[in-house]
Amino acid sequence: MDSLKQYLELYRLNREMIDGGSSAVMNRLRDEAYEILTRSRLPKRGDEGYERTSVEDMFAADYGVNVARVNITADVAASFRCDVPNMSTLLGVVVNDEFHPSRQLADRLPEGVTFMSLRKAAEEYPELVSAHYGAVAPLTDPAVALNTMLAQDGVLVHVAKGVRLDKPLQLVNIFSSPTSLMAARRVLVVMEEDSSAQLLVCDHTQDCERDYLSSEVVEISLGRGARFDYYNIEESSARTTRHSQMYVSQRESSSLSVNGTTLTCGTTRNSYDIDISGDGCETMLAGMAIGSERQHIDNSVRVRHLSQHCHSNQLFKYVLDDESTGAFGGRILVAPGAAYTDAYQTNRNLLASTSARMHTKPQLEIYNDEVKCSHGATTGQLDAEALFYMRTRGIPEDEARNMLMQAFMADVIDTVRMEGLRDRLRHLVEKRFAGKGALCGDCAAACRDARNDNPVE
Amino acid sequence: MKDTLLEVTNLHAGIEGKEILKGINLTVRPGEVHAIMGPNGSGKSTLSEVLAGNPAFTVTEGSVDFHGKQLLELSPEDRSHEGLFLSFQYPVEIPGVSMVNFMRAAINAKRKYFDEEPLSATEFLKLMRQKRAIVELDNKLASRSVNEGFSGGEKKRNEIFQMAVLEPVLSILDETDSGLDIDALRIVAGGVNKLKTEQNATIVITHYQRLLDYIRPDFVHVLYKGRIVRTGGPELALELEERGYDWIKEEVDK
Repeated sequence: MDSLKQYLELYRLNREMIDGGSSAVMNRLRDEAYEILTRSRLPKRGDEGYERTSVEDMFAADYGVNVARVNITADVAASFRCDVPNMSTLLGVVVNDEFHPSRQLADRLPEGVTFMSLRKAAEEYPELVSAHYGAVAPLTDPAVALNTMLAQDGVLVHVAKGVRLDKPLQLVNIFSSPTSLMAARRVLVVMEEDSSAQLLVCDHTQDCERDYLSSEVVEISLGRGARFDYYNIEESSARTTRHSQMYVSQRESSSLSVNGTTLTCGTTRNSYDIDISGDGCETMLAGMAIGSERQHIDNSVRVRHLSQHCHSNQLFKYVLDDESTGAFGGRILVAPGAAYTDAYQTNRNLLASTSARMHTKPQLEIYNDEVKCSHGATTGQLDAEALFYMRTRGIPEDEARNMLMQAFMADVIDTVRMEGLRDRLRHLVEKRFAGKGALCGDCAAACRDARNDNPVE
Repeated sequence: MKDTLLEVTNLHAGIEGKEILKGINLTVRPGEVHAIMGPNGSGKSTLSEVLAGNPAFTVTEGSVDFHGKQLLELSPEDRSHEGLFLSFQYPVEIPGVSMVNFMRAAINAKRKYFDEEPLSATEFLKLMRQKRAIVELDNKLASRSVNEGFSGGEKKRNEIFQMAVLEPVLSILDETDSGLDIDALRIVAGGVNKLKTEQNATIVITHYQRLLDYIRPDFVHVLYKGRIVRTGGPELALELEERGYDWIKEEVDK
């Protein structure tokens, strides 16, 4: 006890204002969330699944919350965009927690595709949103409850039955505020039967002068035969704290590919909770984290195989330098009925300094004999022989190190099913390794440089 | 008397506190081919690693003059830029680094060292094409990761290919014949001979005389217990082939 107090009080005192800035469908869950929170606490470091990260501490600081919906101008934001060469996207921007479509976004979206403000969607399509909002993410999780109690807007992605979207959707999350700020971010993705789409999410901080906290809940519902890719690149400041939870429900024959890249951050915790509840599903969860200075990156994955003939793969890699710390928790659960499951998990880490630390915890829980499962975790240093070999060919030590670190990440990038983005990730990772410790201000600059390097749209 | 290219004087070096080289003296002049032979564990590979600058080894005494530069004071990359090349006994596999990127980085680092502009893409590809031909290296290996999945012969040919690209003044070939069948050996040795000029020199480190049928040495040295215990002409290699190393060991150990 506890960081929740301030949020509970905030809610009690500002309830009407919170409701007024949102929509009925979203307001409906707030009281229940509040009730749950009065009886719970946020996980602390050392709790099961939180061996190295305290969610309690992440939420403890006194952040402002924009319950009054003070308009924070999105002008900067609108011009701010990660250019992915050779790839044009359908763009939306979330400034703190509020969705802003790019110009004529609605007109550019193909028939059957909705990509808009969650608050507005809840008013225009109350049945759709109420059927799915809060349906996949469990309110019993205190961090989900906290997000649900405070979220006023967010993003809805809905793709109708049989609709296959060619162009990727892109969402740019930006923190920009005159004061330190907490934003409750919410993403709801509903993929109907046999639909397909890709969503690229880029997280940025506009300035590194202030403290920011992102509380994010992403709910994804994949219908039968649906195919969905979710790619996230975080480039935020050292003073940004991110608590992101993804919950996915997969129906039969659906295919999911997730790739989460942490390029720069302050403290980041990402959790991925995947329920595979239909036969013949495919699930690829990949992630890479590059830590330097005092950054902390924690990825926690839980895949629950509840059906037969499903294939899941987890591949997470970290390169940690300076005093940075990393944590990975990966859990595969195979339920008694989930015969013919193939489930794999790999976590490999490089420590580039003697003071960087990595904590990894692979877990398999298998209740069926007809399965193929494996996990592997290694933490080590750069291959000294390879480094020497490269240097004897004249490649300077720093460059050789960077090439090896980049090579280490190559297979994670290869899991991305978007060609332009693979190139972009290679470029970003190369830059990150070359400009060690690039943060915030440098981050935006780096993107602008990249734009100049790649004049081709 | 020609200028000296490499002058090794009283070189002592070891690893993890264990002395392996115990006073090596060696002089190499341009245009010469030196063979260093010796039984297993005599320090042949250590000598090549120390000359190339492997940080795992510590030099405790002695000096190495490389055409006027103090070699031991240079980083491995600068030794390369100054014209030293080591063909590895076991070329290292580097998953995720493509041959193309590897070679481009190597060439452009050298050009930068000499204040030259990086090669354009066209010039680079042309250079690769020319040099590949010397060792009949398959084009499709270019797109693969460095040495990854290469056969033993391909790895060694790849070493000589890199040597051709970097145009060293002194090449050290460490057991280049190990793991090669007779055809691969002929191609590799042929590559080395094609690259030989009056200005550069080669040190061939080998356990067997076989390679010396293809690469004719001017001098043959026998390394034993960290010292060069005998030096002769090509006939010494033939004698070793015939009689083995035991007679030398006995002479030294008695």
